[in-house]
This record gives sequence, structure tokens and C-alpha cells, in this order.
Amino acid sequence: MNRCNGVIFTVLLVLLLAACSTKIDSKHQATLYEQLGAHQGMERLVNTVIKKIAKDEQIFPYFAKASVSHFKQGFMSHLCQTTGGPCQYTGDTMVDIHTGMNINEADFNRVVELLIEAMEEIDITYQTQNRVLAKLAPLRAQIIKI
Amino acid sequence: MIRQFSLLFFIISSTCLAGGKILATPGVSQVEGAGGGGLVPWAQLAGYATENTIAASAFCTQATVKDFQLDSCGAQLNFYDRLELSFAQQNFDVNPLSLSLSQQIIGVKYRLYGDVVYSHWPQLSLGIQHKTLDTPDIAFALGAQHDSGTDIYIAASRLHLGLIAGYNFLWNATIRYTEANEMGLLGFGGSNGGGGFEAEISAAVLINKHFAIGAEYRQKPDNLGLGESDWSDIFIAWFPNKNASITLAYVNLDVIAALPNQDGWYLSVMGYY
Repeated sequence: MNRCNGVIFTVLLVLLLAACSTKIDSKHQATLYEQLGAHQGMERLVNTVIKKIAKDEQIFPYFAKASVSHFKQGFMSHLCQTTGGPCQYTGDTMVDIHTGMNINEADFNRVVELLIEAMEEIDITYQTQNRVLAKLAPLRAQIIKI
Repeated sequence: MIRQFSLLFFIISSTCLAGGKILATPGVSQVEGAGGGGLVPWAQLAGYATENTIAASAFCTQATVKDFQLDSCGAQLNFYDRLELSFAQQNFDVNPLSLSLSQQIIGVKYRLYGDVVYSHWPQLSLGIQHKTLDTPDIAFALGAQHDSGTDIYIAASRLHLGLIAGYNFLWNATIRYTEANEMGLLGFGGSNGGGGFEAEISAAVLINKHFAIGAEYRQKPDNLGLGESDWSDIFIAWFPNKNASITLAYVNLDVIAALPNQDGWYLSVMGYY
């Protein structure tokens, strides 16, 4: 009987949450930035990515001479602007940053992989992950082999 | 024991380095050995190789329909995500006659442009499949003109990240010039025609990181005048990691050698290295 109540409770909770989320959606389309948890969520994601890069033998060498705080600041405001948040990215262009770094396809793919792992780690939904990747994927031509 | 373990670890770690692409994006093996869906060769090359790496993969597929069973096993080499070499051995049991047909297919696929995920336009590849029928007697008896032939195809494919409510959507379109009857198992050419262009399409949705569901359609010629029909399937593919995939499909092969209602199950396993 208890178990039955538990099931009913869970079903109701799910329905309620679904109703709530549709309500929010219908009021105003949540931006990707908001789906990622706004400023706090963005900071959490960027911190997790940085942690993963620091542990990655393939990618870390590209960052060996970089300032972590500068990278974090730039990444956050870039991601914020790209995902429709209330920010203006004022840093160097993607082309300027990556010129001369000789990043190849495998390195780029690895960073995408680390980003996916980071998003998984902080429980960003699969759909939101894909939407983030869709925003960032077109930047590849401004990043690799330049 | 420790040595075996460290070797295994080395293999796993080097494989991981080789496989930077997003899981599932290279697809599986099609029945003629090329990287693709189940029935259709795709623009993607088999395996997870990038511009600096070589990937090897192997597969076995079994399709069982009312009166026939197709077994196809083969392997692919992907050189630098530019060139794919493939081989497949097909055995086709004709249950009503208690006999088996077999053919070998050697394939080459060259990526002309792009990346299925990242480029502005769809990835584009050009491929050929050279088929040699070992058992041509039935084919000749039905009016086929040759016991070997070469298909040429051009394929375009694109993965749209997050397109459908946040889910990734993949499509592939292939145009193939072929003289083959039932893929070549019933020879090449016939009284109804020598060769022609056929269209093949696939579409899939990645329902999460590890599972894709989709459908395919493949036009076929009717050179022998036996009412050879187009093929279609719906499939679910599981990618537990970058070293394996399992595909289950329901295939509708319709009329084969004038025998109707040839539908049934298709199972394929593939290993990526």
C-alpha cells in the first residue's frame, strides 16, 4: 500500500513538474542561458570544464601558459552571449585567440568531449547539451587549423 | 596477468585517443560493408578516425525474412577520415530451394567534403562497391547478364544538433548507379535493363547519448522483370561506447525472386578499434 502511495505521489509530482515547466515555457521562452542556470549555472559549467581540461593530457598543454582567471572570464561571457544571456563578450575574437595554436580536429573533438562530460557531471539534460553544442559547433572553422 | 591487463589498458587508452568524434555519429555498417545505416551507405566513413588517425572496424549482420536469410560479415579501414576501404562476404540462403548464394564486395569510399556534424554544408562522399558473385547459376538462369558488377554512389549526410526538441537529427541521401539484381546476389543486368540510378535515404533521431532510432528506404532496379521491389527498414541502434554497436531492425524486403512478403528481423553487431 505504501509503495502504491509512493507511485501515485511520484506520478503526481511528475505531472505537476511537467505542468509547471510548460507554464513557464508558455509565459516566456526560456533562453538557453536560463536553461543552463543563468550566471550561477554558467560559472559551475565553466569551472567543471576547466577542471577537466587541467586533468587532460591531450588538451592541457594548450593552456599551460594561459591565465586561468582570464580564460574563465572570457569563456563565461562568451558562453553567456552565445546562449542568449544578458552579456556582451568584449574579448578577442575566436580567430585571434586560436591563430597559431595549430589545433587539429582531434583536439577540437576532445574539447567537445570534455564539454559534454562536464555538462553530464552537473546534470544538464541531454536536450540542453545538444542545444549548447549546436550553438558552439559552427565556431569550429574559427578555431582549428589556423 | 598484469602484462595482459596493462596491454588491455594501453589498447583502451589509445582507442580513446583515436576516437574524438561524438558517440554514434559515424553510424554502423550497411549490408554491403560500407559505413552507413543498415541498408544504405552513408557519407560518413566507418569508425571514429580523425585526420590524424586510422580506425579499423568489423561487423556481422543477419537478416531473416520469410523465405530467405542473409548473412553478411566484413570489415572496414578508415584512413584519416578521408578514405574507407571495406570488404563484405554475403551468404544468402534460399530456403524454398535449399541452396545458398554468395558474393564478395570490395568497397572504396572517399570523403569529398565536410564533416557530418561541424561543416556548413553536409558531408559528401563518393564510393564504389565492386561485387563478385560466386554462385552465378541461378542468376544466369533468371536472365542476368553478368556475374560481377560495380556500383558507384554519391552520398550526402548531416547531423543537426538539437534540431528536434533538443534531440539530434541525422539524415543521409545517396544516389547509386547500379546494375545489380537483389544487391548482386541475382547477378547483374537483365532483359529489363542494364543499369540505372537509384535513390536511397535514411533518417535517424538520437534519443539519448547511446540510442538512435530511424528508418531507411532503398530504391532498387528490376532488371530481371521479377517485380524486384524497394527495401525499407526501421531500426534502433545501441552505442554502449566507441568500441561497439548493436543494431536491431525490422526490414521489409517485399518481393524477392517473385516471392512476396519478405519481411523480418535484422540484427547487426559491430566492433570499432
